[in-house]
Amino acid sequence: MSQGAQAPIVELRDVGKRYGDGPLILEKVGFAAERGDFITLIGPSGCGKSTLLKLISGLNPISSGNIVVDGLPPRKAIEKLAFVFQEPTLLPWRTVARNVELPLTLHGMPAAERREIAKRSLALVGLADRMDYYPRQLSGGQKMRVSIARALSVSPRILLLDEPFGALDEMTRDHLNEELLAIRQQLAWTAFFVTHSVAEAVFLSNRILVLSANPGRLHSEVRVDLPYPRTEETRQSPAYQKLVGDVSKILRSVERMKA
Amino acid sequence: MSGPHTSTPGPRLKIPPFVTKLLPFVTGVGMIAVWYGICMSLSADQKFLLPSPGEVAHAFVEKGPALWTAAMMTGGGALIGFGLAVALSFLIALFLSLSPLVRASFYPYLMILQMTPIIVIAPILILWVGPGLKSVVIITFLICFFPMVVNTTQGLISTDRNLVDLFRMARATKWQEIRLLRVPSALPYFFTGLRIAATLAPIGAIVGDYIAGNSAGGQGGLGFLTIVYSSQFQMGALFATAAVGCALGFIFVAGVIALSWLSLHKWHDSFSQSDN
Repeated sequence: MSQGAQAPIVELRDVGKRYGDGPLILEKVGFAAERGDFITLIGPSGCGKSTLLKLISGLNPISSGNIVVDGLPPRKAIEKLAFVFQEPTLLPWRTVARNVELPLTLHGMPAAERREIAKRSLALVGLADRMDYYPRQLSGGQKMRVSIARALSVSPRILLLDEPFGALDEMTRDHLNEELLAIRQQLAWTAFFVTHSVAEAVFLSNRILVLSANPGRLHSEVRVDLPYPRTEETRQSPAYQKLVGDVSKILRSVERMKA
Repeated sequence: MSGPHTSTPGPRLKIPPFVTKLLPFVTGVGMIAVWYGICMSLSADQKFLLPSPGEVAHAFVEKGPALWTAAMMTGGGALIGFGLAVALSFLIALFLSLSPLVRASFYPYLMILQMTPIIVIAPILILWVGPGLKSVVIITFLICFFPMVVNTTQGLISTDRNLVDLFRMARATKWQEIRLLRVPSALPYFFTGLRIAATLAPIGAIVGDYIAGNSAGGQGGLGFLTIVYSSQFQMGALFATAAVGCALGFIFVAGVIALSWLSLHKWHDSFSQSDN
């Protein structure tokens, strides 16, 4: 690997995907992610954006093309990745702390050590005082925070987030967006984020990839050059609002293509 | 009680909680009264059809020791058969949960086991293991086994797909996945099966005792007593026997409810505190 000039941390070349004999879900998708990128995938339903995340995660195999994650095929790179699902996907019979520890438990880490990491992870998402709660005692937003803390517990290089805040109300979502960026300032992972919300996409990412549907193809890329850290003030800025308008326009034209 | 000056005016009559708690006893007393009334209205030659509450109470005292011994026999047989069914059904369910192919191969035979009438199996069992406790245990087992297997298997294969993905991403071993994910998430299903089996176990033991019990002195259970009392037209004693069987059922179900409360109340929604 070339030294100095950083190789892309994730690279997709001509990636195609179909399930069994089903229709083509993704066709010839190609892009490269630099270290520290926050890439949001956006597009009409059925454009395969969630599928794309699963392919990068190695949970599902690709049908054609090539994916390289930090120099390795996705299945081999699984330790560098963490996935945040649409739902919190917590184990209801485990306390918050034991949920966050779960991946470390599965890796066979000693109890004291993983408890320490869980504590730190939960402090990052502002739930240090909820360690011994059960998931059902938490609000939707808190559950999602635990889910993110769990993903962070394995110190991932790459974070894959599949519409994590889709089910939350707008206030909570905005708040969690800001928190997510704040944590990223500290831990500096590369993020792949799927959402339906243009506002969320512009707020979070430095790159937005717009996908078109049937089959899913890369339609266009929008660079978001707003400076980090981004705050509530970012949302008020004309530059932000113009970008939201631009991306919405692209998305509408993609939707029309589909119809 | 609250005086008139504290009562709040409102369209609905406020019923104090202790009244609600008393209601079952009130209906109980009412039903005994009706029962007594029917007994009184029967003509002399019909009286033997329905024993009065007093006669049943008398039978309880008179047959107390016999009922107690029989209840112990039947309860013991039910408990052993139930326990065996729980243990074996759990292992079989684990096996069935491995793959749809395994389920397709073995499910039909489990159905056959369930469909075969116990009354026909009984004589075969008597020939194989002899009348008595062994036969009672096997019959109880056969009755409890199926609902346990079906529910537990369903629980083991209904694990949230995302949770399975989570375990795969963490490179969990198959054994970790079963122990830390599939078994705990199957627990609510397991307890549903357990509750059904708990109501069936005493019935199974009584039926087993009735058709394959041991009639030797002190070896008979409630099924055997049923044969004895019915052949002698001891209606009061029969009613008492039925009540004891019913009590056994309550004890089994109460035990299972306590067990499921212990293992689920902290986390499962069915025990959510916010509902109270």
